[in-house]
Amino acid sequence: MSYLLLLVPFASLIVLNLLPKRARAAALWITFGILVAETAAAFLERFVAVDWSFLAPLERVLVFNLAVDHLSGLLLLCAGIVGMAAVLVGRRTLADVADRFIFANLVLVALVGINGIAMVRDLFTLYVFVEVTAVATFILITVRHGRLAFEGAWKYIILSVVASVLMLSSVAFFLLCAGGISFEAVKTALAAPGSLTWLAMALFLCGLFVKGALVPFHGWLADAYTAAPAPVSVFMAGIVTKASGIFALIRIVSFAMGDALPGREILLVVGALTIVVGAFLALGQSNMKRMLAYSSLSQMGYIVLALGGDLRLGILAAALHFFNHAVSKSQLFVNAAAIEEQLGTLDMDKMGGIAARMPVTGATAAVATLSIAGLPPLAGFWSKLLIVLALWSAKEYAFAAIAILASLVTLAYFLSLQRRVFFGKTLPQWAEVREAGTGLLVPAVALALITIALGIGFPFALRILGVGGA
Amino acid sequence: MTLLLVVLVLAALWASMATALLRATLALALSSALLAVFMFSLGAVWAAVIELSVCAGLISVVFVSVISLTEQRPLTELLAQRKSRLRRFWPLPLLLIAVGVGLSFVHTPVQIALPLPSGDGDVRTVLWTLRQLDLFGQIMILLAGVFGVLVLFKKEAKDGD
Repeated sequence: MSYLLLLVPFASLIVLNLLPKRARAAALWITFGILVAETAAAFLERFVAVDWSFLAPLERVLVFNLAVDHLSGLLLLCAGIVGMAAVLVGRRTLADVADRFIFANLVLVALVGINGIAMVRDLFTLYVFVEVTAVATFILITVRHGRLAFEGAWKYIILSVVASVLMLSSVAFFLLCAGGISFEAVKTALAAPGSLTWLAMALFLCGLFVKGALVPFHGWLADAYTAAPAPVSVFMAGIVTKASGIFALIRIVSFAMGDALPGREILLVVGALTIVVGAFLALGQSNMKRMLAYSSLSQMGYIVLALGGDLRLGILAAALHFFNHAVSKSQLFVNAAAIEEQLGTLDMDKMGGIAARMPVTGATAAVATLSIAGLPPLAGFWSKLLIVLALWSAKEYAFAAIAILASLVTLAYFLSLQRRVFFGKTLPQWAEVREAGTGLLVPAVALALITIALGIGFPFALRILGVGGA
Repeated sequence: MTLLLVVLVLAALWASMATALLRATLALALSSALLAVFMFSLGAVWAAVIELSVCAGLISVVFVSVISLTEQRPLTELLAQRKSRLRRFWPLPLLLIAVGVGLSFVHTPVQIALPLPSGDGDVRTVLWTLRQLDLFGQIMILLAGVFGVLVLFKKEAKDGD
């Protein structure tokens, strides 16, 4: 299956560009079909044993060092779900057929990058696929021109270059001190680390911190998310940043570092700082997308914090929070797209009582915000509970306390969002506003249902996601 | 070699600090050429050839071609920008030099596992057999770059209408 996950999107990309101009309107649907297939493959793979031996001739020609495990499956599932939501939003909000065509192509390029990140077993190849995803995203941000879009993309590029330098230096150092760059070689080197091995690991982690926009490398995140067109925001916030930085971090901690895990304290400190800084920055925002961007930052901090806790439980908690946050945050960006489309603004100070005019958007937004804040019985509650338990098991009581207290700040800024946007009496200027179209409601409702279902059927969800065996 | 390294760093600094695009391109080409010399002296002949032909050669040609399509900004604006940049970034070169000098005093014993792993040492084997997946990734990056050009130029034409 691993080969198909790279080659099918690549082949689709070629097919899209061979389409006659008048058929280009179908590009989004073709991309949507690929995403549906990927989601189905990642989901069904847990229940149905498929014989992939028919791919043997392909494997003799192409020698790709790939493997799919539970953790890979989780990222593939996330990429499929979030990608479908982004494509549906793109169909609704990108009016120009040419923009839609470019968007569809770049989603496929990014999908190859994300799928690669999910399955690679080598540090340099991981870097290459992180770059594939990043380059596609730089361009996605600027699909619709504008000063803010260029500024956001520019900041992302500059910080990404810094991350690339750090990661490539790390690869070079690992070649020197470990004699190889496969995860196995890195794991062996880290079992008895010397100063150069430590430096190499620290550089790679710093590179991933930049890609994941963790504090203190978070400068580009809010600008990029805010400046990007709605479907790109959904895609970036839902999966791109998480795959490039956070998933790669989970992968390295779970696979390459193993029990050795040098610098667990670094993960704890960076995670805690990111949670707190992100939460307080979110609290002070009046632009809805900007608040959601800083909220993403804070929630990614939770994932990193979990990795610093008890190893096995921490990885499980991190993986689950990764999935929950991908679903809920992309849903909130879909809600933001609906509001922007109907109201023409994202300034929360100018809104009020919107839930009365847009009940579905209001209700789904409430589900996502409460889940991210960690309220039972929604999905976010379980992953946050596991994060606290992972920290508690590792006797990191102070960090567990930070995780709990920061959840209150999360609840505070999301209640502030609800109050300013949805609650209260509808302001006169929004009296004629109508609910968003089905193109925006379908992904919002579907994602909200996933959050509710995951929360209520948590044990079953654990089995489906299969992250316990990661 | 040390002198060469100093010139390389100075050329790289020039490339990042120059206000004129053409000069920045020349500085970048110079630093790439010097890097190729370094690679050659370290025995990485193929890497040196690719660095020289692609980075110092081809990319410089592309840069110069694009710059030839642009227009010169007014001199007063350029001078104002230069002053502003100097005011904001003057500590950066000094910081770089300070870090370099500081690091030269650090003697950390490192264990280096030589010889370097490189398959059978043949660049063709490394590229086409051992690192096929990386090549595939490179193709995807190139494709993304093509879409980048399409986005920028198509839109510019539309904006100019």
